[in-house]
Amino acid sequence: MQFLEHQLENGLQVIAECNPQACCSAAGFFVRAGARDESDSLSGVSHFLEHMVFKGTERRAAADVNRELDDIGAQSNAFTSEEQTVYYAAMLPEYLSQGIDLLADIMRPSLREEDFAMEKQVILEEIAKYDDQPPYGGQERVMALHFGSHPLARSVLGTCQSVEALSRDQMARYWQERYSPSNMTLAATGKIDFDALVNQVETLCGSWQRADVDRATPSGGTGGQLEQIHKPEATQQYVLQLANGPAADDPRRFAARVMATVVGDETGSRLFWELVDSGKAEIAALDSYEFEGTGIFMNYLCCTPERARQNVETIDALLAILHRDGIRQEELKQAQNKICSQVVLGSERTMNRLFSLGINWMLRKNYMTVAETVEAYSRVTCQDVASLLEEFPLDRRSLVTVGPLSTWDE
Amino acid sequence: MNDHVHVHRFENGLVLLAEPMDWVESAAFTWLLPAGCRHDPADQLGLASFTCEMAQRGCGPWSNRQFVERLDNLGIVRSAGVSLGHTRFGAAMPRQRLAEALQAYSQLVCHPHLPADQVEESRQVCSHDIHSVQDAPAQQLMQALRRQYYPEPLGRSSQGTLEGVEAIGHSQVSQFHQSHYHPDGSILAVAGNIEWPQLLEEVGGLLEEWQGPADLCPEPEETTGEDLHIPHSSSQTHIGIAFDAIPYSHPDYFQLRGAIGVLSDGMSSRLFTEVRENRGLCYAVQASCSSLKDRGCVMTYAGTTTERAQETLDVTLQELVRLGKGVTAEELERLQARIKSALIMQQESSSARSSSITSDWYFLQRVYSLEEINRILDGLSCESINAYLAENPPGDFRIVTLGEQPLEISHAVS
Repeated sequence: MQFLEHQLENGLQVIAECNPQACCSAAGFFVRAGARDESDSLSGVSHFLEHMVFKGTERRAAADVNRELDDIGAQSNAFTSEEQTVYYAAMLPEYLSQGIDLLADIMRPSLREEDFAMEKQVILEEIAKYDDQPPYGGQERVMALHFGSHPLARSVLGTCQSVEALSRDQMARYWQERYSPSNMTLAATGKIDFDALVNQVETLCGSWQRADVDRATPSGGTGGQLEQIHKPEATQQYVLQLANGPAADDPRRFAARVMATVVGDETGSRLFWELVDSGKAEIAALDSYEFEGTGIFMNYLCCTPERARQNVETIDALLAILHRDGIRQEELKQAQNKICSQVVLGSERTMNRLFSLGINWMLRKNYMTVAETVEAYSRVTCQDVASLLEEFPLDRRSLVTVGPLSTWDE
Repeated sequence: MNDHVHVHRFENGLVLLAEPMDWVESAAFTWLLPAGCRHDPADQLGLASFTCEMAQRGCGPWSNRQFVERLDNLGIVRSAGVSLGHTRFGAAMPRQRLAEALQAYSQLVCHPHLPADQVEESRQVCSHDIHSVQDAPAQQLMQALRRQYYPEPLGRSSQGTLEGVEAIGHSQVSQFHQSHYHPDGSILAVAGNIEWPQLLEEVGGLLEEWQGPADLCPEPEETTGEDLHIPHSSSQTHIGIAFDAIPYSHPDYFQLRGAIGVLSDGMSSRLFTEVRENRGLCYAVQASCSSLKDRGCVMTYAGTTTERAQETLDVTLQELVRLGKGVTAEELERLQARIKSALIMQQESSSARSSSITSDWYFLQRVYSLEEINRILDGLSCESINAYLAENPPGDFRIVTLGEQPLEISHAVS
């Protein structure tokens, strides 16, 4: 396994973790463009643009893009988050060069007016789809509530109104700035001939024009607020709570994940034993997420409406005990064993390594081997978790609840 | 994919399969027990799931908590679930932990405590699962489509009903475990970095003495349901369509799979192109083959806002009917590349391989090798697929919708 990097004159970075034993190759463009880079009038544009990227270029019509991706047998897709838009494909090594040609080409999309109008309908359908799924937009609402005027308050999908109002020219201007080569990384994993890859990327992307691009990265949200969304047709009650956590470049992020695993992993955690195993809730989880400049802990609860209030009080009590007593040595060990095993098992897939490599590079501009990642989690101590809790207290939370309850206090 | 899958049938009926993958560091197994929800009594729908939940609450020398802590400390990533025919336990782990994982799961399957003082907790867990489907319209729709298409009990969903789960007590759980967690009809499939002789000895030591009654399945009824609209307050209308097809075990299965691949695999497939790309009618539209042991069907799903639901249904049905007229050579070639790539990429995952060989064995009583599948795929031609489609054109559709308003179903196509 070898890590290699190269930067084009226009700023585009090419990185690869080369594994000559791999049976496939994966590659992806990681673009530093997401909901946090939008304004009110551009809400939803990053995600809409992700769809439009598949709609054709000077060299290819939309149908050609779709057909060629299928021709090379690629498992491909794209996603947009608060901070990144990622386009990726995994394929057999003999198709890699064709895959890179296609991925590079679609990064310079035509954004044709008629495709824009058609795809807008698909985006509106996607918004409607998420409207129907638990927690019915609760996740975006709690981010908005917690972060207030912070850029991370912005919704990835946007609203029907903001998407309807978007014009093709607004999107083109956004693309010109955010898809500057200096704001993008091409990552590759699996069986990769790095020299050949760099040569091809120089030819395909060397002429891309660089633009000035920036991103504001203020620190965390304000927290401590509550919002109730009444949804009488839902069967269950959904509660989402957010607190601030360490940012992406903060070494305490390893302690944050260990702590979240002890408290709120799917099995064997404190919340699991107290609420899930006992049948009081369907889901009671705590996860940590990192962004540029800040991070969050998210607690997700799903249960019957009748039990919701009481369950939140139980969570409050558990977190108070956590703050008072910290975590025990055997809990620490169990969480570390679990996380390290997941890291190692996940790394067997070339596609998983691509996401790990690309996201790590976007957020931290560094490369970590699987062994280094395992080592970082293994080094966490109970004292690290105690210090983390002092710096990031979990009692200052924003809460959004969605479901049949008409008042949260009843 | 490896061309050498080891097979051993123990005297008690348990089948052990193993696919060595010496290029990975992990091992994974899938354990199918013939304890599916088809065995749920009509007034206790949900019993198989209830038993599966109870079985995980302590076994052999371990309490509920000790068992979970043990698996977590061994780094075992796990899953459990119930389907029509089976209760299924899955586990993936660093290869050094395989023996301990097998030992732990042998205790779970053969010696669960089924603690009487945790019946109410288990009932709550099962009720939550039912509630969660009520809040997930797409899943609710597809469950209804299975119920309307297949005769009882083949269309059941494993969660059961709130009334059924309410009626279950400890004795029923205990009885279900005794009657259905047995070796005859069980398949234990292991894949990953493993040594076959050692595995065979270990599994023999753990499970050779395991005894139980023969695996018998109730006969399904003959009658099936009708088209159905489920009124539901939602942003989208969800549309499900099913039609007759052949099961995985049928000699012509790959002709059907080829045709449905042209219809729905990838971004250049017909449904994606005609329903989403050319008309912008929906975000999600797909079709897939559904296989039971002795029968199968094709099921499609589309979700779209209410005002465009009628057009989505009409266009989807048109595409199903058009499929009956045949596929083109270009469409087939693209599909062959996709399926072959996917098979090779599956070699990276011991979990995916253990699951795949389990499924092959259940349906075929053998496991396809990579070479064999490639030969079958290379043997597919437009002529062969079109001959199949000419004999079995999509038609006689069962249509279920869920949303604000019912849709008009044109009898010209259904």
